[in-house]
Amino acid sequence: MIRVVLPQHLRTLARVNGEVMLDVDGQATPRSVIDALERSYPMLRGTIRDHVTREHRPFLRFFACAEDLSHELPDTPLPDAVLSGAEPFIILAAIAGG
Amino acid sequence: MPNKASGVRVLVGTRKGAFVLTSDGKRERWDISGPHFAGWEIYHVKGSPADPNRLYASQSSGWHGQLIQRSDDGGKTWEPVDNKFVYDGVPGTHQWYDGTLRPWEFKRVWHLEPSLTDPDTVYAGVEDAAMFRSGDGGKSWQELAGLRGHGSGPRWQPGAGGMCLHTILLDPSDPARIFIAISAAGAFRTDDGGKTWRPINNGLHSLYIPDPTAEVGHCVHRIAMHRSRPSVLFMQKHWDVMRSDDAGDSWHEVSGNLPTDFGFVIDVHAHEPETIYVVPIKSDGEHFPPDGKLRVYRSRTGGNEWEELSKGLPERDCYVNVLRDAMAVDSLDKCGVYFGTTGGQVYASADAGDCWTPIVRDLPAVLSVEVQTLS
Repeated sequence: MIRVVLPQHLRTLARVNGEVMLDVDGQATPRSVIDALERSYPMLRGTIRDHVTREHRPFLRFFACAEDLSHELPDTPLPDAVLSGAEPFIILAAIAGG
Repeated sequence: MPNKASGVRVLVGTRKGAFVLTSDGKRERWDISGPHFAGWEIYHVKGSPADPNRLYASQSSGWHGQLIQRSDDGGKTWEPVDNKFVYDGVPGTHQWYDGTLRPWEFKRVWHLEPSLTDPDTVYAGVEDAAMFRSGDGGKSWQELAGLRGHGSGPRWQPGAGGMCLHTILLDPSDPARIFIAISAAGAFRTDDGGKTWRPINNGLHSLYIPDPTAEVGHCVHRIAMHRSRPSVLFMQKHWDVMRSDDAGDSWHEVSGNLPTDFGFVIDVHAHEPETIYVVPIKSDGEHFPPDGKLRVYRSRTGGNEWEELSKGLPERDCYVNVLRDAMAVDSLDKCGVYFGTTGGQVYASADAGDCWTPIVRDLPAVLSVEVQTLS
């Protein structure tokens, strides 16, 4: 199981508390994790990735194991610690705005 | 006692959430619920005329993009519906601020206009300017591409707030006729349910574009109509208050004795088609009321002759704005008039504008105000 931490507004939208646990088909990558997330929580579609470009939204970041994975290719395998569930995959809303 | 069995629900969109204000027909005591969707920008909330319990809300943020929320119980509970707004075909380009060409790119929904007869049909005006329609209660959206495909599309350009389609008026007498307005392209009309459109800007005069009488390029801020007389339209343009008596085919200025004819909102009395309201704003460079005095102006003659309405409104040190979707009327007797400010106040008048009181004073900046009259 992959542990995913959502930003507060998306936890409210998905009506979840705390982390989300996901089964991911095949190789766990940012793309496959978000695919699994959107399958389980369809109301999140379009809120992390743009519907058309499929790029992640500019004010969101992907962190894991104290590394910023936001600029990795979307099919880059996630670290082993995320695959084992020792560490979460964090979707973070950047500090911006008022 | 009038209106005892009736009620009013005021739907307020703000920079940080939606609020629902309810009162009985006296409109003296108000219950406030919210914030709904706390922390999100709510550009617009509007109820279906065919089913007052059906509400639609446009929810957006710079972090998470666009959501559309739907309520089937008058705003007590909400469910997100489809948020996929994809332009039909190849989007093409429009003018950018610097005159370069920029591809159409969806940013947000500014305005939601439910059908007059079917709660599941709703129109969305979006930025970059286009119009979408849902026939299934918001579960899917399709663009009415004939508007953006109008030959003038590549010449449209954004106003300071973006290139937004912000006004949608449905003709109660003709389901195929719809009026829309875009900043800064102008007003358009369809007579075939949205397949084809034509600009209706004849008579507008805008000094901020190279040809002041051009077919498109006018910064229309808001259009209003009275449902009993849908061929008469009133417009608050960037500068100038305008009137059309032929469904937009031609316009003439009715700014008359207004202290300034810049502003954003305009609306029509529910029972008097010749009584209209505006909130004059000092200028395009100073988006606040003249002299720090917040005043509504009312014309009972369809324009030109205006009277100041200030009883209950701030008489000094008031530097708020009233944005284009932030005025509405109820249909009780006497007609109620409501508007919201960027300072977070929502003012109400239960006597057609003679006297005003704030329902709430300290909301986030108000983006939109709509009213439902409940029986």
